[in-house]
Amino acid sequence: MQTRRNILQGALAATAAAGLAPLAGWAQIGAPLTRPIPSTGEPLPLVGLGTWITFNVGNDTELQNESAAVMAAFFQAGGRLIDSSPMYGSSQPTIGYGLKKLDYPKALFSAEKVWISNPASGPEQIERSRALWGVPRFDLLQVHNLLSWERHLPALLAMKAAGKLRYVGITTSEGRRHGDIERIMASQPIDFVQVTYNILDREVERRILPLATERKIAVIINRPFREGELIRRFQRRPLPTWVAETGASSWAQFILKFIISHPAVSCAIPATTRVDHVRENIAAASGLLPDGALRARMADYARA
Amino acid sequence: MSEWWTYAPSDFLMFSPRVYYRLFESYNLSFWPVAVVSLALGVAIFLLLLRPTRAGHRIILAILGVLWIFVAWAFFWERYASINWGAAYVAPVFGLQAIALMWTSAVRGKTKFVATRALPDVVALALFLFSVIGYPFVAAVMGRPWLSAEIFGLAPDPTALATLALLALAHGGMRWPLLIIPLLWCLLSGLTLWTMEAGDFFVAPVGALSAMAIAVIRARRQSRT
Repeated sequence: MQTRRNILQGALAATAAAGLAPLAGWAQIGAPLTRPIPSTGEPLPLVGLGTWITFNVGNDTELQNESAAVMAAFFQAGGRLIDSSPMYGSSQPTIGYGLKKLDYPKALFSAEKVWISNPASGPEQIERSRALWGVPRFDLLQVHNLLSWERHLPALLAMKAAGKLRYVGITTSEGRRHGDIERIMASQPIDFVQVTYNILDREVERRILPLATERKIAVIINRPFREGELIRRFQRRPLPTWVAETGASSWAQFILKFIISHPAVSCAIPATTRVDHVRENIAAASGLLPDGALRARMADYARA
Repeated sequence: MSEWWTYAPSDFLMFSPRVYYRLFESYNLSFWPVAVVSLALGVAIFLLLLRPTRAGHRIILAILGVLWIFVAWAFFWERYASINWGAAYVAPVFGLQAIALMWTSAVRGKTKFVATRALPDVVALALFLFSVIGYPFVAAVMGRPWLSAEIFGLAPDPTALATLALLALAHGGMRWPLLIIPLLWCLLSGLTLWTMEAGDFFVAPVGALSAMAIAVIRARRQSRT
């Protein structure tokens, strides 16, 4: 039977085994758990905020204000990383609207992407994105879905060397181009990789997550809920009482705790339009994280 | 796009149904006077169909051309592109259709709209009337706010469907090439709504395919006479 003590020991042991620093935010009451970015040691909360679909609200002021409220609750709960892309419609101006309304919170960790076939247009797109966010520079820029990565990546690394950017990364989703992702991780000096990982989509556990640990690359996890599908699917069943040990009180937290308890994961980025959901998501990065045995039990329960 | 076979239609849906229908609400509020004019133009087209004249055929095509260019600019370029970057590419396609309709009206002058009491013609007329008068009710029937109604001349689906119904009644000229863009749009829109799990996803595609079937039946009938 799992107890609080062995769950905590399991989480710490898994972290140590992966060669990562312990959860820096553990002792902070109310603050989300953090894990250091391997290339610098900078602590990053284990839950961030995605913006795919949810922040694409066009010029609808009412919905822009709802998004700003989500951002306010996110920062209030100790969140930092917000992730977006030029591909996400009006998500970038919506973030810019929210940041301006919140007077540009200092905690923000801005994660953007470059997504354009013509590499020569990359700098222009990045500058347009930066202006839409209204930030002096991005913390992290990622090559979205590896589009023209051979040309974009050197440009991003040059930006980092020039101090115009703090971190460089690459992204994929839903298991696409994992072979290329592995090759880039093994050969390029990137700081971040973004992949899909959740309790049912676990392919990255085999090669990409171990490689990230080996190469000291931070991992951002997209589609933690498969755009809500997992929550809708699991909601028909009762939340198992044995996860109460971890503090998980909802299916969203069950799913997120499974993800962020993997020691190679730096940050999961669920997206939402609701303030109560963003609070619930961030709260998943508090309390205890399941150890290997409990993770296996959670995965079995999810598959059943 | 690499590994294109791994993508599903849902991977391209970048907005929520709520945002999509609120877009129609704000669009209708901004352009409601145009709705009054476009509905009046729909009735005018119907009357011109009942009393065909050489000028009438040209006027019908010209009205359609004006409405298509309006939808291209006001809906796709000004509104829809704010939540779907793909709309910025659809706008010029709708503009192209508008130019083709107006060119057919002004230059070619050979396209005639002929509606008899034969069943396919009656169905095409009914389809046109549904596009103009019935389509705005679809939103309410599906439980959405009245303000989110899709209106002929403002929204792409009823405009494309009405155009297909009219072209199904056309003889001569460029009617076949003119069918392509509205047909493709109705299919694409149906796919979008299906991905959004909207219950009315089938309306535009089924209507469009019905109009195509009528066009084919009429063409075969004409070739025999």
